[in-house]
Amino acid sequence: MDVLRNKARDLLAQGQAQVVIGYEAGTGGARRPSFVRSEADVARLVWDADCVGNLAGYLTRAEIKKMGKIAVVANAATLRALLQLTAEHQLAEGAVSALVVTEEGAVLELSNAQAVTEHVATLPASLSAADREKLDQLMALSREERRAFWEQELQRCIKCYACRSSCPMCYCGSCTMDCNRPQWVPVASHEMGNLEYHTVRAMHLAGRCVECGECGRACPVGIPIHLLTCYAEESVRRQFGQPAGTSATLNYALGTFRPDDQETFIR
Amino acid sequence: MADEAFEPKITAFVCNWCTYAGADLTGTSRLKYQSNIRIIRLPCTGRVDFMLIQKAFARGSDGVIVSGCHPNDCHYTSGNYHARRRWMVFNDLMEFMGLDMRRVTFSWVSAAEGAKWATLVNEVTDHLRELGPYTEYQRLLNAGVA
Repeated sequence: MDVLRNKARDLLAQGQAQVVIGYEAGTGGARRPSFVRSEADVARLVWDADCVGNLAGYLTRAEIKKMGKIAVVANAATLRALLQLTAEHQLAEGAVSALVVTEEGAVLELSNAQAVTEHVATLPASLSAADREKLDQLMALSREERRAFWEQELQRCIKCYACRSSCPMCYCGSCTMDCNRPQWVPVASHEMGNLEYHTVRAMHLAGRCVECGECGRACPVGIPIHLLTCYAEESVRRQFGQPAGTSATLNYALGTFRPDDQETFIR
Repeated sequence: MADEAFEPKITAFVCNWCTYAGADLTGTSRLKYQSNIRIIRLPCTGRVDFMLIQKAFARGSDGVIVSGCHPNDCHYTSGNYHARRRWMVFNDLMEFMGLDMRRVTFSWVSAAEGAKWATLVNEVTDHLRELGPYTEYQRLLNAGVA
């Protein structure tokens, strides 16, 4: 942890970063985001296994970009999100450097997309074993059982849009959910509108989701909402062989095509 | 009314250049097919947002047909290729969410395939008549605020 704090202090002192985004101790033993802008605050930074949140969501915010050059303490999900955001031209190449704490406790500074890409290639698969198991369990059910499962889960949704706000890939300035002329999706927490909202969210993240699970953690009513985007992402990976968050030059899977895409259901 | 046999309502989203012209050919060829279908003409299958399909169900459709130009025949060169990718993911995701994808039919019908259109509509209509009304979706409309 001291290595990380020293690194952050050096970056700030030498003007190589104006802000270091990392984790600090929150309430109840949780970790929360920390925005360190002066050397005096460096001691707030912590790093341990509880630092699971994806900090990449802050990188595209105007108020953060305004602070200057950014260094971000990055876990695997943050690195993937960083690459995906670069691929989607939301981050300029080299605008953000990632600080990775290795298992040995050393700190790597990855300051360009090439370095991040190479590091991500050495990491294990993005979908966690627990989520993999949940997806497999759901797919083993009959269609009616899956419908009942999602109906049960989604009816608790209170449309707070925490899933949208927490997602590093949801950076649109204006969202179709907020459009009320015409009102595509009902604003109220209604079963039909909830189903439509979560379909839209999953479809918009297909081929872009880095499977960090941030939306599922953000949900105040505990809907495993990340399973929808993870499934959509997996569908893209399986059918088009394009994993999101592995390259800074990835073409959006649904914005491109191959003439020989194979399907089985079109008559 | 309650005694009347169930007749499915089908919404068809078709592209202007192939399937719409194909359906027109069905008519000019005097081929008769079942009249459960409401055709909505769009410029291209690339225009078929997945929400259109869900909205059709929300407005009381029992089935949806989405049809356009064969691959390599798109009036706009690549609209149907993009649409195909979107459907591949949508179809998969809807299966995962437990929607009844037997009620959604995707097809390629060219402007010369009037007979194929008649056969397709008849088959889909018969199939939906067997499946019955899509009550599990329409029930959601009337579900109260949770």
